[in-house]
Amino acid sequence: MLEALYRTARALPLGRAAADPARSGIVIQPAGAEARFALRVRDPGASAAGLPLDGPINSVRGDDRRWIARLGPDEWLIGCDEAEADHLPAAIAADLGERAHAVVDVSHRNVGIDVSGPLAAAALNAGCPLDLGEAAFPAGSATRTLFGKAEIVLIRRPGPEPRYRVECWRSFATYVHGLLVEASLGVGETARR
Amino acid sequence: MLLIACPYCGNRPETEFRCGGQAHIARPADPAALSDEQWSGYLFVRDNPRGVHAERWNHVHGCGRWFNALRDTVSDRFLETYKMGEKPSRTESTEAGSTPVKSTQAEARA
Amino acid sequence: MAQPFRLSRGGRIDRTRPVRFTFNGRTVEGFHGDSVASALLANGIHLVGRSFKYHRPRGILSHGPDEPSALLSVDRGPGRIDPNNRASVVEARDGLKTLSQNHWPSLEHDIGAVNDLLSPVFVAGFYYKTFMWPRTFWDKVYEPFIRAAAGLGKAPAVPDPDRYANRHAHCDVLVVGAGPAGLTAALAAARTGKRVILADEGPEPGGALLHDVTAEIDGRPAAEWLSATLAELDSRENVVLLPRTTAFGYYNHNHVALAERVTDHVANPGTAPRERLWQVRAGEVVLAGGSHERPLVFADNDRPGILLAESVRVFLNRYGVAPGRRIVFATSGASAYAAALDAKAAGLAVTLVDLRTEAECGPELARLKAAGVEILTGHTVVGSKGTKRVTGLIVAPVDRAGRCGPRRVLDCDCVGMSGGWTPAVHLFSQSRGKLAYDERLDAFLPGTSAQAERSAGAAKGTYDLAEVLKEGFAAGAAAAGSDERKSFTASPTLTGFKPVRAMPTDADPTKVRAFVDFQNDVTAKDIKLAVREGFHSIEHVKRYTTTGMATDQGKTSNMNALGIVAGQLDKTLPGVGTTTFRPPYTPVTFGTLVGPARHALFDPIRTTPIHEWAEAQGALFENVALWRRAWYFPKAGEDIHAAVARECEAVRKGVGIFDASTLGKIEVVGPDAAEFMNRIYVNPWLKLEVGRCRYGLMLKEDGYILDDGVVARIAPDCFHVTTTTGGAPRVLAHMEDYLQTEWPDLKVFLTSTTEQWAVIALQGPKAREVIAPLVDGIDLSPAAFPHMAMRTGTICGVPTRLFRVSFTGELGFEINVPSDHAKAVWEAIWEAGQRHGITPYGTETMHVLRAEKGYIIIGQETDGTVTPDDVGLAGMIAKAKKDFVGKRSLARPDVVASGRKQLVGLVTDDPKLVLDEGAQIVDDPGQPIPMRMLGHVTSSYWSPNCSRSIAMALVADGRALQGRPLHVTTPEGFAQVTVVDPVFFDPKGERIHA
Repeated sequence: MLEALYRTARALPLGRAAADPARSGIVIQPAGAEARFALRVRDPGASAAGLPLDGPINSVRGDDRRWIARLGPDEWLIGCDEAEADHLPAAIAADLGERAHAVVDVSHRNVGIDVSGPLAAAALNAGCPLDLGEAAFPAGSATRTLFGKAEIVLIRRPGPEPRYRVECWRSFATYVHGLLVEASLGVGETARR
Repeated sequence: MLLIACPYCGNRPETEFRCGGQAHIARPADPAALSDEQWSGYLFVRDNPRGVHAERWNHVHGCGRWFNALRDTVSDRFLETYKMGEKPSRTESTEAGSTPVKSTQAEARA
Repeated sequence: MAQPFRLSRGGRIDRTRPVRFTFNGRTVEGFHGDSVASALLANGIHLVGRSFKYHRPRGILSHGPDEPSALLSVDRGPGRIDPNNRASVVEARDGLKTLSQNHWPSLEHDIGAVNDLLSPVFVAGFYYKTFMWPRTFWDKVYEPFIRAAAGLGKAPAVPDPDRYANRHAHCDVLVVGAGPAGLTAALAAARTGKRVILADEGPEPGGALLHDVTAEIDGRPAAEWLSATLAELDSRENVVLLPRTTAFGYYNHNHVALAERVTDHVANPGTAPRERLWQVRAGEVVLAGGSHERPLVFADNDRPGILLAESVRVFLNRYGVAPGRRIVFATSGASAYAAALDAKAAGLAVTLVDLRTEAECGPELARLKAAGVEILTGHTVVGSKGTKRVTGLIVAPVDRAGRCGPRRVLDCDCVGMSGGWTPAVHLFSQSRGKLAYDERLDAFLPGTSAQAERSAGAAKGTYDLAEVLKEGFAAGAAAAGSDERKSFTASPTLTGFKPVRAMPTDADPTKVRAFVDFQNDVTAKDIKLAVREGFHSIEHVKRYTTTGMATDQGKTSNMNALGIVAGQLDKTLPGVGTTTFRPPYTPVTFGTLVGPARHALFDPIRTTPIHEWAEAQGALFENVALWRRAWYFPKAGEDIHAAVARECEAVRKGVGIFDASTLGKIEVVGPDAAEFMNRIYVNPWLKLEVGRCRYGLMLKEDGYILDDGVVARIAPDCFHVTTTTGGAPRVLAHMEDYLQTEWPDLKVFLTSTTEQWAVIALQGPKAREVIAPLVDGIDLSPAAFPHMAMRTGTICGVPTRLFRVSFTGELGFEINVPSDHAKAVWEAIWEAGQRHGITPYGTETMHVLRAEKGYIIIGQETDGTVTPDDVGLAGMIAKAKKDFVGKRSLARPDVVASGRKQLVGLVTDDPKLVLDEGAQIVDDPGQPIPMRMLGHVTSSYWSPNCSRSIAMALVADGRALQGRPLHVTTPEGFAQVTVVDPVFFDPKGERIHA
């Protein structure tokens, strides 16, 4: 019975309850069980395991189910289905050949929260000090940054709608989720009325 | 809150960074060959200039990279940031400039 | 009749929307759009407070943010009581309760007013001069007295129930102030398409245009121009217009803090936060914050009913309120004439007294004369009549030499005074810009910029409307990178004034009280006295007299005070200089600064996957860094001592289960991983076999211990490093620093896996029996899996890195499993352990068990000045290594010198006495004070397994003192102890290999 737990029933810290606080126009949705890998390599070449490595720093490539975010000159964060997790490190290693690299499974370290809606950026800016405007942080952007007192990776999904993925470490998830919900309450309310 | 131009990420707020003190102090290749005085100089003795200071910064909540910066300790203006292993384009201890800092994150990335 | 002083027409109030609030319990009626001040004045209420020191009756001086006197407590319900709100900026709304301050028993009859009679006593520096001797009175008599007398209003007694928001925002151009200059600046910037934020502290943008009912701009009334301009700004998506938003702080690199008051003006705020802190990073800033009017300094210039002249005009035109029916304007400049013209036009009785001679006046004189107003030029004001309301102004002609002619009393119920204008350079000065004195304008103006900002309009000393509009437009365009310029036509503005510090008087200047700073009750003679007593620096005068301090920060008083000091010292104004302008520009609530960082959102509370289980078991928790760790698991009726004793015994005799998930973990990967480890740690790593562990010790370059932890070699090119709970970020940063900056040639990558792996520590003689049925793929036999080995396999079907390690001295395992599976594995072990009496234990028991074994804890036995040898771990150091971080420092003279504090055990003569951690240790308690302190206790516990207290300590040359008696401080005196080896239990270490 216990064997069945593995890969089938991860106890995610936030569960899956979505919050749309007071119909504020923001949907805050904890992500499901996904696989994540931290990839480190200095001379990456164009791609590995079909994941592009030649994107600029602070950009994300791929789609919602299989994505790779370049966080630094030699650092990437990869997200993919759990089903792929067993094979991905080997596939990357095979493509990178002799190049020194590290692929470390961080699936359980990271927690994802999807934030979308017209006021999503305003809610994120309650804790994130970055310029999230169209010019500075367009769709396809990704970076490590801060949200309040927690470190996060912020990804803006490709596409015209404002859809963000917030990735944080497991033990910060309650705080990050709580601050997001708090920030979205009345985020559109201004003194001008 | 300072605005610091990470050589990899562009302008980012100070809270994403950690300052690592004076730059360009290489760890001696053979510490055992150093006298006590030389070693204590390496360990403890640092400049504290009024004016331009070369210092180490780490974009710890960003790309994670260490880099160097020239900062005016009077005005807090950053004259320049550059990657580890690189040299600053200016070498003279320039007077605290009067040209105001102008930049937004967007411009730095453009 | 309600609102007897409301004019029959005019004003921007909405007469169809009445509002009711209370003032000291009395219902006050006003209209939507009123400030509390304007509504009070509409009802003829001028007496609104008692002054700080003399408890003199005070009224409303100003219409704006510079109000020094009309400070009210605003009560919006429990926890929502704010003291010291300026009546001039609080918007009137239904349900508001306002209260005056600083009086007892009532505003009308205030005992404290006796201070006014004693005023000769309360001179500048009164407190410093009076409360000096005898010394015994300092804390018993003087301090309680001063504390009771100090402060205005009362702080709320219950927590603030409101929500406060935070917003980081970016723009190309931030415009501060939405008066004529700010509006044209925003317009010009917005037309370039750049991102613009326009912030104004008032409820309605417009600034002076809101009360200038006669001016025309580009051929139409100013109000129409204002509407059109706002409509254009509103139509542009690149403009964020923030009313009720004060830019209060200008920080580095164009980081400007704004406070947006979102809901105070509405009765039912809903989900909206009360206030929002905007942290704006602007490419360029345009400062268009306007200017402040100066009061005139004459005897008894503080009576209720005496207002600033422009404020009289604002109450008349913007609020449709007459502050009086017989108004005397007293001025040394032209702008008060505009107020007088409007008052006359409103049908009020108006007289104007001007210090200037006719020849010194401009076109304003003829215009006012033409309106039929009596004007006394060349007259000074020497006093006022009335107590709780001004009833007359005493004036006298004055000649060039300052000699006064015969006095004359002008009956009145309101005075509008004007001593000229002071540009609001606060934010410019905060930006570190240098001020420049302009003699023509008698003002400090923005001079050399330090940041990317520019000022425009009255904030820059430009007062003529057409010029203000043009200057604002140019500033906005330039800030947006455009060279577009635009001229405006506008009615000429009455400008110019003759600076006057204190009005000439025929009275003995040492006798009269002419107030300079209304909020702090500082008079002209106080300032003169301070200068005579030797306080020549303006900063000293400020602190000695308190002029310019408190909530208004001297907005109305600073220039007059400065002028008086300059006069006394016979210096120029720039020779005296200004005091420093510091944030905030106006008071900001704590809530705004704190924002959402309260309660659960104050700090991240990090919990492990086992946390809920521990909670359900009734664990108590302690904070370790940001983590909340299970401290101990009391059973019914147990205190901490009983619970810890039971837990300790269970581990030694059976098996205990402990959540070690918070340990820091770093995956060190790469072909040079072993070489990197060799350089970072004191230990040797090259020959560590795959599947083996080593206790690693890490130093800083200064030779002192930074951190420790068990490291396992997972593969030739991969190490699983563990760190202390609190040290995890520090160690990773330390490693990254060396890797990136000193050894970039090493092919090594570091990844934090602290939260990837949860760690279940199973410790005790029965540990193996418990997990044996759950583990697959690992031979658990002692021969195949010895102490300090690591194996990979599965437990409960979950992949694990299983460490055979121990921080208790018992047979033990640390079971690393991916975090999301940890709770299931933990519960399975818990279930399997039931028949072995498995006992959960917390950090307290962990501490005791390790202390019984003499294991150190970083941060407890070490404090950043402790070397490996100090704690008896010199044996860890790889002697053959030529270099590692910190090695050279271990040969430093002070590190090799004798007398260093060394780790020892201490046992008290009284086995029941548990020493205090941190207690000092001496050799001979009889020695004279100050005694020579040998060291201190680092760890101290009751040891259930030793049936006595045990302690660890750092003692100078301690290892040589084995068996010697020493003495340790306790709250009751010295306790005798004996120095022993720090291993108290199983000194041969046999149990660990079971």
